[in-house]
Amino acid sequence: MIIINREDFPILKNDIIYFDNGATTLKPKCVVEAMNDYYYNYGANIHRGDYKISLKASEEYEKVRDKVKDFINAKSSKEIVFTSGATDSLNKIVFGFMKYYLNENDEVLITKSEHASNVLPWFELAKEKNLKIKYIPLNENHEVTIDNLEKAITKNTKVISIASITNVVGDVRDISSISKIAHQHNILLVIDGSQSVPHTKTDVIKDDIDFLIFAGHKMLGPTGVGVLYAKSEYLEKMNPIEYGGGMNQYFEETGEVEYKSIPTRFEAGTPPIAEVIGLGAAIDYLQSIGMDKISEYEKELKGYLVSKLEKNKKVIMYNKSQNSGILAFNLEGIFSQDTAIYLDHYNICVRAGNHCAKILKDEINIKNTCRISLYFYNTKEEIDKLVEVLEKSDDLFKIIL
Amino acid sequence: MDTELKREIILDNYNNPYHKGLKNEEGYKKANTNNESCIDNIDIELKIEDGIVVDANFDGEACAISTSATSIFLRKIIGKSVSEVQDLIENYENLIDEQEYDEEKLGELMAYDTIYMQPNRKHCALLPVDTIKKILKEENSGANRTN
Repeated sequence: MIIINREDFPILKNDIIYFDNGATTLKPKCVVEAMNDYYYNYGANIHRGDYKISLKASEEYEKVRDKVKDFINAKSSKEIVFTSGATDSLNKIVFGFMKYYLNENDEVLITKSEHASNVLPWFELAKEKNLKIKYIPLNENHEVTIDNLEKAITKNTKVISIASITNVVGDVRDISSISKIAHQHNILLVIDGSQSVPHTKTDVIKDDIDFLIFAGHKMLGPTGVGVLYAKSEYLEKMNPIEYGGGMNQYFEETGEVEYKSIPTRFEAGTPPIAEVIGLGAAIDYLQSIGMDKISEYEKELKGYLVSKLEKNKKVIMYNKSQNSGILAFNLEGIFSQDTAIYLDHYNICVRAGNHCAKILKDEINIKNTCRISLYFYNTKEEIDKLVEVLEKSDDLFKIIL
Repeated sequence: MDTELKREIILDNYNNPYHKGLKNEEGYKKANTNNESCIDNIDIELKIEDGIVVDANFDGEACAISTSATSIFLRKIIGKSVSEVQDLIENYENLIDEQEYDEEKLGELMAYDTIYMQPNRKHCALLPVDTIKKILKEENSGANRTN
């Protein structure tokens, strides 16, 4: 049943039940060890020294680029830019590419269930360039339908920027069909893969994705590293938004500058070398299990969770039909934060709040929820414990006050 | 105050808060506090006449600690002068921060005397005073302007 050795995750020894994987994931030993190995044994800067440990650091760093390329099935490693995270990746796309690509009155389509990082950069650019940010209407299950997407497209629509799986509703979007429609209308497609790349097989060629972003720490990797994928034709046209060492070829006192080729052009300064190497180990770990096996297992867990919670009349679920490992719920009459604090008393980690999707409140008419987001190291036994604790929650205030 | 009584005070004020619902009428000054470290979000409005709080109301979505503390606080300050309210705020902040305070002045607010044991909940307990302070500050600067 369990598809991994839970001992790979040292933190699980502390008897915690970790259900906040949408926020960040736990780290297996191999990831931390890969980073330690860099710091202890070849902790030099990359692309600089003519000495062995620097060459080794450069080599290990670049190897991860190849691993990411294979992991998302990109055509070339040149299409992979390392960033500080998903937010950084989106900002680079919006302010380094879209700022020059888009013109006044052009329209960008997003949805109300996007994470703040896929909303606020667009708001800022819209102010600067007088663009229109429009929302693809969601259906009664808060999903994007092809019909609604087609209706939302106008002759001015130039970009669709959406998550492939959203972080509160957890709806899995049909990126392949969305991409076909986008490209029929000459629309660029930006995909926020933060909640999908760690959980399902990603194929940027099959789905014909123009831009894809995701974070290392949501897929077993360290914090401080993310990925920006763009088709090379777009990456060639993208401007750096950070300038400095590592990204220039030469510069003269007259101000004459030549920047390096892609993707190094976008990695100014010393990059998060240890973190990139850690991400590489995380990808190896995920590949060793297999992404199909991971998504299959998570679906099974989610089904189990919903079937168990359905028996508890006090539990209100907002997205039980969604096909991802995310469940938003509340206990009837209890503020979500109080529920989260109650669960913490039993070492069960869930998140309460709006989950950085503040405009979603207009859609589900509820501002705050508790969110359970599963990963492949979670088990049915852990779900049983959660169900049991929610079952006896009549004494919730006795516990938390 | 024993734990059972504290819990009863908190739950009573959470389940049936006093002064819930804003009037939004002329003469009221309003402020919002959106707890930066969690998700509580409340509005408080005060009506101050001749230096006395004559009415106080609140609205919003917040946890049991924030909601109950707001309810108790508003109930206590109606009829008090601005300087008395400031004194109460000071005593209450001292209680939450484990400093010297006057137990008699605090009354039911003593229900929060062990909040310091849960540091992440201190800001929940302080939410009403943070909001009231904003209104008093504005009231003060307004008074200065007219003077």
